[in-house]
Amino acid sequence: MSLIEMRDVKKRYKNGVTAAQDINLNINKGEFVFIIGSTGCGKSTVIKMMYREEKPTSGTIVVGGLNVGKLRNSKVYKLRRKLGVVFQDYKLLNKATAYENVAFALDVLGLPKSEIHKKVIKALDLVGLKNKAKNYPEQLSGGEQQRIAIARAIVNGPKILICDEPTGNLDPPTSAEIMKVLMEINKMGTTVIMVTHNHDVVKENNKRVILMESGRVLKEYKEGEYA
Amino acid sequence: MKFFRIFSRNIRDAALSVIRNFSLSLASVSSITITLLVVSISLILSYNVDNFATLVERDVTIVAFLETTATREEVIEVENAIKNMDGIDSFVFQSKMAITEEMMESSEVFQNIMKNWSEDENPLQDTFLIKVDNIDEIGFIAARILELEPVDSTKYGEGMIEQLVSLFDVVRKVSVGIVLALIVVTAFLISNTIKIAIFSRKREIEIMRLVGASNINIKVPFIIEGLFLGFIGSIIPVGATIYAYNRIYENFDGQLFSPFIRLVEPFPFLYGVTIILIGLGIIVGMFGSWRAVRKHLKI
Ligand SMILES: Nc1ncnc2c1ncn2[C@@H]1O[C@H](COP(=O)(O)OP(=O)(O)OP(=O)(O)O)[C@@H](O)[C@H]1O
Ligand SMILES: [Mg+2]
Repeated sequence: MSLIEMRDVKKRYKNGVTAAQDINLNINKGEFVFIIGSTGCGKSTVIKMMYREEKPTSGTIVVGGLNVGKLRNSKVYKLRRKLGVVFQDYKLLNKATAYENVAFALDVLGLPKSEIHKKVIKALDLVGLKNKAKNYPEQLSGGEQQRIAIARAIVNGPKILICDEPTGNLDPPTSAEIMKVLMEINKMGTTVIMVTHNHDVVKENNKRVILMESGRVLKEYKEGEYA
Repeated sequence: MKFFRIFSRNIRDAALSVIRNFSLSLASVSSITITLLVVSISLILSYNVDNFATLVERDVTIVAFLETTATREEVIEVENAIKNMDGIDSFVFQSKMAITEEMMESSEVFQNIMKNWSEDENPLQDTFLIKVDNIDEIGFIAARILELEPVDSTKYGEGMIEQLVSLFDVVRKVSVGIVLALIVVTAFLISNTIKIAIFSRKREIEIMRLVGASNINIKVPFIIEGLFLGFIGSIIPVGATIYAYNRIYENFDGQLFSPFIRLVEPFPFLYGVTIILIGLGIIVGMFGSWRAVRKHLKI
């Protein structure tokens, strides 16, 4: 059974824009999937429906055994605990250190301090920023901020990591560093779904690619097919 | 364990938020303080007025004097009319002859003057003594009795007590109105304070949702913040009430104007007032924050 399954999914926003339609997708455990396409084609909309930021207008979405479309607002947290999300703009707390930013994700779930410490150190180590734990976001480069955001997304060991243009604000060498971290996380068993504009990044990493256009899936490339 | 960790986290967040939005918190707290001071005054007045009222109630009697020309039939008419009135506890009739006899027995002087009075010459008046159920109605009932044809005049109670009771009653009614208006203003202010708190922590809330904090967990700190504001706002009213009431009680030696009007003893009365003030502060605080959360934290 696939980890993420979308059946005939359609999303029509309140303003009448149909941002996604006829979406049929199966993503298996351990996969790395790029979602690409021109601006406004519905990439963000598709992944927002996966983590239930948006509800599908019709169709079914099952993520990790949860019927996302039918999930009540008060139960969304159950889905969110199965996945991590990373954005182009990092979304860090500016008044908290790198360590505190990562710890925040566990703190709000009520984990004991000792366990939080262990997990945060491990996550910071994984993204290579153990030595910057005490820095505030403004004392970190863009790439470092994004790595903190990734550490926060994976610190609780989610099955799925969803990234919306994580390298969108970064130069090519820094993007490559981020990709290295994401590949590392994927190797450890986490399913990664990444929306990107960056063709170089997609070409350098021979992974499955979903190409979207005007709200539909135009073409799918299996691992190594996209060039 | 996990529950307590999350709960203590919520309390910490709420306390930090009160401090962070200091000026708005101060406005809310002041508003609660003013409201509760008025509540305290009206509570003290109400309780004391009720207390006077029960004290004087037992002894308040209307005396109705009939015209000297009143006939036996008219006396019976008045008696029936009083029997049929609402709010009357009991009454007795004293005829002018009975009063005359009583007076003649009590002194020789009276006896010498009165012994030759015939029924028609007797200047004394037939009298009804009427006890009412409720002191608040005494004026009203006396007026109705006076309307009866053969009744010449009525007298009742210590006028001052009645006036005091009705004055305090007006004060009580006005203060209930003021309290209600103040509660609305306060709830609005608190709601606004919490709204600002919600907006200033938007990013934090967004991340909490993203990493799987439950909705209750996200909302509770703001409700607790309202509770804190209410509680802090009740500190000054509680302190002022306990201090002032004790001083007044001591100063007046527990009574007002006459030994007849006893003030309610400070304890346990003030314990009750304290609980009401703190409870009301907390409820208004939580209500205000609950409204803000419902309106601005749609998750
Ligand atoms: N909340 C919203 N309400 C209404 N319309 C929206 C909303 N979000 C997106 N849209 C519209 O839906 C369409 C798809 O938007 P979406 O953000 O999914 O595109 P995208 O592929 O992520 O674009 P980009 O590459 O620029 O991020 C666009 O036309 C956009 O204007
Ligand atoms: Mg997008």
